[in-house]
Order: sequence, then structure tokens, then C-alpha cells
Amino acid sequence: MKAVSIRNLDVVFGNNVAQTLKLLDNGQGRQQILEATGDVVGVHDASIDVEQGEICVLMGLSGSGKSSLLRAVNGLNPVSRGTLEVLDGERMVDLGRCDALHLRELRRKRISMVFQKFALMPWLSVVDNVAFGLEMQGIGKSERRKRALEKLDMVGLADWANKLPHELSGGMQQRVGLARAFAMDSDILLMDEPFSALDPLIRAQLQDELIALQRQLNKTILFVSHDLDEALKIGTNIAIMESARIIQHGKPEDIVLNPSNTYVEKFVAHTNPLNVLRGRSLMTGIAALQIDSDRLMLNVHDQSHVHISAGRPVSAQRGGQPLEIRQWQESTCIDEVGENMLIVANPDISMRTAIELRYRSGQPILLSEEDRLVGMLSDKDFYHALLGKHFTQSEAA
Amino acid sequence: MNWLTEYKLPLGAAIEDLVDWLTTHASGLFDAISISLEWLILNLVTLMQWFPPVVPILATAAIAWFWHRSIALVIFVTLALLLILNLGYWQEMLETFVLVLAATMLCVLIGVPVGILAAHKPWLYTALRPILDLMQTIPTFVYLIPTLVLFGLGVVPGLISTIIFAIAAPIRLTYLGISSVPAELLEAGKAFGATPSKLLLKVELPAAMPQIMAGITQCIMLSLSMVVIAALVGADGLGKPVVRALNTVNISQGFEAGLAIVLVAVILDRLCKAPARRTSKRKAG
Repeated sequence: MKAVSIRNLDVVFGNNVAQTLKLLDNGQGRQQILEATGDVVGVHDASIDVEQGEICVLMGLSGSGKSSLLRAVNGLNPVSRGTLEVLDGERMVDLGRCDALHLRELRRKRISMVFQKFALMPWLSVVDNVAFGLEMQGIGKSERRKRALEKLDMVGLADWANKLPHELSGGMQQRVGLARAFAMDSDILLMDEPFSALDPLIRAQLQDELIALQRQLNKTILFVSHDLDEALKIGTNIAIMESARIIQHGKPEDIVLNPSNTYVEKFVAHTNPLNVLRGRSLMTGIAALQIDSDRLMLNVHDQSHVHISAGRPVSAQRGGQPLEIRQWQESTCIDEVGENMLIVANPDISMRTAIELRYRSGQPILLSEEDRLVGMLSDKDFYHALLGKHFTQSEAA
Repeated sequence: MNWLTEYKLPLGAAIEDLVDWLTTHASGLFDAISISLEWLILNLVTLMQWFPPVVPILATAAIAWFWHRSIALVIFVTLALLLILNLGYWQEMLETFVLVLAATMLCVLIGVPVGILAAHKPWLYTALRPILDLMQTIPTFVYLIPTLVLFGLGVVPGLISTIIFAIAAPIRLTYLGISSVPAELLEAGKAFGATPSKLLLKVELPAAMPQIMAGITQCIMLSLSMVVIAALVGADGLGKPVVRALNTVNISQGFEAGLAIVLVAVILDRLCKAPARRTSKRKAG
């Protein structure tokens, strides 16, 4: 079920919206429109659906319109044209058509927000900051303190409840911001570059915590980021924006493998593929492997090879010694893997795990699906991806 | 160039006509204001006088201790008030205090809402600015004359003149405080569903509180600087002995009364200063 559905959304800041929209339809750029009408185009013709329970990352450089789009979802930015529907209980509500009262209801019950610069009230204690939204819901003091303390406990700051925000470090302050948003028990969470102001170690830690909390609470999260690695790490889907438009929307791996244009490609070229790519997109397919009668050579130097029968690896040898063929599962402990093994894994295995297995076993990784061999991961495939040659466009370049 | 000086523009006459018109047509209103303010101030003074001097002294020392936690300040305010008592200016000091208190209260009651409104409506501030500048720069004696005509002799024209002089501070600083509330705090308030009134009470006012308090402190100081001028139109207080000393060239009386004013000013300034930023316990890290 959709939690947020956006169709042909335009967000325009300024006093000449009608004129600006006309110019937009005539294909005028942002700069021309700014000169002609003085209006700033935040978002142009954005269409995107966010399913319940997904983390959708809006990704782009500053000024690309990602924050403008995010802020439209809770009505901080106006809907100039198009529809922006959010799930309100059982039905979808169009934010462009809803009155101030209903909008406040939505903000109190359905949508909460985490800010880049934390936006904690400096005069309120940590627990009162977490309870701020509950206060707006009209909940009594003792009840909202109780609930706020639970959420503080969840982010590991229960001992800091009575401190003032400025006594906390940046990472802790943003945990308070998270707790404040979670305290609302709303289904949709908007996060505007929440971790950008933090140093890298704390950032990675909070990303992991967010992923864990999301699994536990199953919120729908819209997350703005300018960091593709962050987007790839936490996003179920990623929408890449450039000059007010969404230029690509898809799964992380799709974006890394098939950038829709050179702009996305430049982004992707600087990312770490280890967390994103999977065996299927890296492997040398079965058709390209040289199988002599039923013998597949693994390594010419030590003459290690595997026998294939009816599409299945049945036995393997290295220098006359037999190798154990081990089926790899996500649950298997990686320490069990040793030099006397040949690993067979599912093609959905992550690149990071595959490299670790290759390192431990000393052998290439066989990939099989539904009990049939589909391909093999050898060093060449890994180097290929690490050098960023896994998408065709840059291979041509 | 004769023609330029031959026909003088009737600016002064116009203002005089306006004041005349006000005295004939709105005297009821001005009398009502005058009577109620005078009643308020006289009763406050009577109430203050009813306490033996030790009560206000102890109360001031207690405020100094509980707000500022400073032994030095407690000792200072106690000694200063005892000195005023010893010099024989207790009664005048109370009258001055009440005048300052009333002026500040009225300034805050009018100034803070006007400042908030001005911060929310830019056109209002544009309109207000020249008026505020005028109120602060025009010599006090100039508007002392019409206030005297409108409100009669006594404490009220002194109070009104004080308000005209001092009200710009709370208006300006409230405006400054409210309009410099960080945008992200306002966004956070809105994003969590605050109504406009909740936004004002729970976000804007607390965020602007340091500036508003600074405005009030300034307002107190400005009011105090008006006591001598207020005495010229008949307001009781520490200004009266100063004026009397001036007229009789009485150096000792002038010095003593002047010292009392300075002491009151220092006490009020030290007491009203925002206490050091409160931390829940000690600063972490």
C-alpha cells in the first residue's frame, strides 16, 4: 500500500506562480524563470510513489530540490500544481487541497520530521524536547513525559533526560531529534539530511541505528541526502534529483548498474560498490565459462577444477586433493570457511561477502540458483567492479 | 530672500491647535486616564509605605540570592538600601520605585505585543520605525508641555513622558527577538502541528526571551533616567530633592539625592540582569 503518492508535482516559491508555471510548460529553465518572474522553482514535474515501510532516499546536490520536495510532503512548502497524497488512516489525502486544520492534524498524527541542524528547543530539557510534539497533540504533562522517556530509552539517552540540548554532543542531539519524531507514533517520517552535520563515525553508527529502528517499527521514511553511499546503504529505493527534477528512481543496485545519464554516472563513479552490488550483476555467466565435457577449470596454476553434472557441481579437486563443496547460507558462520572448500552461493550474495569468501577459501565462488549453476565469481569480476567498470557507459569512456 | 522669512509656516500653531482640540473634545478620556493612573500609583506607594523598611530590604536581598546566587550582590543591595534609609530618602525612593515600576509595566504591556505584531507584519515595523526614532530623539521637555496640558500637574504627565521615552526599547528588542528566532525552530514547531498561537507561546516567545528581558531591563533604566524630569511636572520621588537642590544651589542635598538615584539604578540593573545561563547540573565534557 502506498504511503505517499506524488504526481506531476511543482513547487514554486514566489508571488507569480501562475506565470511561472506557464513558463515552465514552455520549457524555460530555472534561471530564466528567476530572471523573468523572480520566482524560484523548487520542484518541477516530480512523480514518485513511496510504499508503506520503505525507506525512500531523495538524493542530489544542494539546490537540486530534494529538500523542497521533502518539505512539500508535510506542507511546509506549498503544492503549486499537481497532486501530493499522503496516507491518512485508510484513505489518501491531497495536501494541495487540505485546509489548515486538517494539515495540522496530519502533522500531529501522520507525519513527523527530523531536521539537519536538529532544531531542538534550547530552553527545553531533553525529555521536554522529545515530548514537544506530544504537547502539540494536547497530551498531559505526566503522560507525555512517560512516553518521551520510553523513546529516549530507545535511542539510548535515558540518562540524559534532564540535560539541556547544548550539553549533548551533535550525535546525541540528533538522537534526541529522532526520539522526538518517533514519539509522535506517526507512520511517515521525513528526514532532512539528518546525519550530514555529524562526523563520519557517528554518522555510520546512526545510519545503522536507523536501519535497525526501521526494521523494528516499520515506518515509512523519506530521507534526504547528498551522499550516495548513505543513500545506497539505507535506501529501499533512491530518487536522484537534479535542478528541480527527479532524473532517476529505482533500487540502489539499479542505479549503480544502470545510471540513466552522465550526471548520475558521475555520482556512481565515486561510490563504494561493496555494499550495493550483488553476485548476479558481477558474475561471469555459465554461457561464458569454459566447461570441457563436464570439467570446469577453477585455477590453471594449481589445476583446481570442479566436475559438473546435470548443472550441479558434484566434486572438486585441487592438485589431486579433493575440495569440499559447501553451500553458503546467510546464516553460516564465515569463520567456518577454510582453504579446503569450494563455496557455492546464491547469486543474490553481496559483493562484500563474496570477496570475503573468495579470500578465505582461495577459490572462485560458484553461483547457483534452483540447484543449477548460473555463473562464477572470480578475481577478474571483482576487480572489474572495484574499478567502476561495471556499467557500460563508463567502459566506453 | 525676504519672501522666505516673511511667511512663517504655522507648524507650531498647528500642533497647538491639535492639543487645544484634544483638550476640548477628549478631555474626558484624558481625565479618566489621569485619574486611574494616579489612583494606581498613589495606592501602590501607600501599600509600599505600609511595610516597615526592613521588609523591602529583606525581599530585595532574597531576590538577589535566589536569582543570582551571589553573596556579594546580597551584601551590596542591603547596604545600599540601608544607606538610602539613613540619608532620609526612603519615602522618595519608594515613590521613584513605584513610578519606574508602573512605567515599565505599562511599557511592557504595550511594547511587547506591539513588538510581536511588528515582527509578524513587516509593513507595521516600517511604519513604526520613524515614530520610535522620533520618540527617542525629540527632547523630553518638548512633549512634557502637551502632556502637562492634557493630563494636568502631578505624577501622571511624568509617567506618560517616561513611557514615551522608554517604550521604544521593549518594542525594538521584542521585534528583534521575535524576528531572529531561528527558522528551523519555527519549522520544527510547524512540522509538529503547532497552531499559530502555540507557535508564539511555545517557540517564538521562549526563543526571544533573552532579548525581551534585555528590552525590559533597558526600559527600567530609561525610566529611571526620567525621574528628575518627571519631578519638574510634579511627580514625587527622588527627582524632587534634586530639583529643589538645583533651585536653592544646595550642594549637599543635590549630592545625596543624586547618590540615592544612582544606588537605585545599580540595584535594579544588577537584579534584572538575566541570571547566568542555567545548566541542569554541570556542563558535560
